Amino acid sequence: MALLTCQDLSIGYDGHDIVHGLNFSVMPGDYLCIVGENGSGKSTLMKTILGLQAPLGGKILTGDGMRPNEIGYLPQQTVVQRDFPASVWEIVLSGCGNRTGLRPFYNKEEKRTAKDNIEKMGLTPYVRRCYRELSGGQQQRVLLARALCATKKMLLLDEPVSGLDPKVTAEMYDLIESLNKNDRITVIMISHDIEAAVKYADHVLHIGSTVFCGTKDEYVKSGAAKVFLKGGDTE
Amino acid sequence: MTALIEKLSLYMQYPFVRYALIVGVLIALCSSLLGVTLVLKRFSFIGDGLSHVAFGAMAVAAVVGLSNEMPLVLVITTVCAVLLLCAGQNAKIKGDAAVAMISVGALAIGYLLMNIFAKSSNLSGDVCSTLFGSTSILTLTPAEVLICGILSVLVVAVFILFYNKIFSVTFDENFARATGMKVGLYNLLIAVVIAVIIVLAMNLVGSLLISALVIFPALSAMRLFKSFKAVTVCSAVFSVNCALLGILISILAGTPVGSTIVAVDIVGFLVFLAIGAVTRGGIKR
Repeated sequence: MALLTCQDLSIGYDGHDIVHGLNFSVMPGDYLCIVGENGSGKSTLMKTILGLQAPLGGKILTGDGMRPNEIGYLPQQTVVQRDFPASVWEIVLSGCGNRTGLRPFYNKEEKRTAKDNIEKMGLTPYVRRCYRELSGGQQQRVLLARALCATKKMLLLDEPVSGLDPKVTAEMYDLIESLNKNDRITVIMISHDIEAAVKYADHVLHIGSTVFCGTKDEYVKSGAAKVFLKGGDTE
Repeated sequence: MTALIEKLSLYMQYPFVRYALIVGVLIALCSSLLGVTLVLKRFSFIGDGLSHVAFGAMAVAAVVGLSNEMPLVLVITTVCAVLLLCAGQNAKIKGDAAVAMISVGALAIGYLLMNIFAKSSNLSGDVCSTLFGSTSILTLTPAEVLICGILSVLVVAVFILFYNKIFSVTFDENFARATGMKVGLYNLLIAVVIAVIIVLAMNLVGSLLISALVIFPALSAMRLFKSFKAVTVCSAVFSVNCALLGILISILAGTPVGSTIVAVDIVGFLVFLAIGAVTRGGIKR
């Protein structure tokens, strides 16, 4: 059964739709990459999936025992976060916020989850360190650990490698791949980087002037990818 | 030194001095707790705007001739805090513009009302004391101290109970919302608590200097500490100490209470800034 299904989805803001008639579903264990030009509606689609804004039409259904608030979200960094005084521990633990409900404090199990995810991301030496003093790659891993605290099933990554150097970018992609392959976590990734999308993902959703949704192999053969892949333009 | 202590212990025998110290410390504590969140959320100006609203409300209360202005001021300020927050989300007029509009509007209307319906001959003195809170902290009644105490306990309790939620909402509102937290509700809660703190602080420093009381402890603590908890605790301790010191100095030197506290805050900030600059290279964590 599909974890996430979009039926005839129209997205946009202020009543102005960008993409309409979007149909796709994400099965457990999938690695879906959403690609498209700037302004094509990638971010809007992501916000709609996360419930940050309402769809203009159609439906988003979650299934297979996953509730809408169990999607682990890796956002792009905001200005506020760049000089935010918070330790790695505090940030990762805040990923458990969807389980506490009205309970004011985190319990032992949630603290253990945070600890495990910090270890998984190789951040144990930095637990007490300040977030803003870490390198870009380390910061992304902190936010990924936080996202993992919020979910066991699905991660939604918004441009996870933007602003990272090539070496750290490759490490980040490997990390995401291992989460997908070894921990069986479904991954939806938004990216400019079509080459990486084709390399790592098994499904591709291309939105923009042409909409394409299918497996990676179909995508490479289709016309939608050609413009990008030939030019090698990854912005 | 002994002369100073003798003078202090003499003053301590007067209830109004004790009231001033109690209320001062409570307000300093409350305002510093949420200061960290306000500064980080780029909400610093909400404090400023709301204090002007509270000033306008006080003017209305004075014109209508209410003997106890606190409830009316509290209600109006809270309503405005909530309105400002909703305006920020609906974005017809963006957050900062809405704050500026309400702030300036309330200040102008307040002064206008006081001017038209002036009951005393010393208008500029009245305005000055409402804005700068020059003497009101020294004329507190036991009932006011009690109200202040109860509200402070409530504010601190709410802050401790919702500490983790406040952290999540401050650090990353979108993530919090995506993972199903009731972000709107917590923002509302923060707005209401801020309104309560501002009405409380009106008594101490007057409406113009409230922002200083909210912002200085947080900014100072951020120079030195690097986790949210440490910054919050440090700013509370910083604020309480500055308030105590400021009130004592103002009693001994006969200076206006509000401005003295803020002056002490500024000195404290500069000290923290210097320590932060010196230790930046040395301390790893």
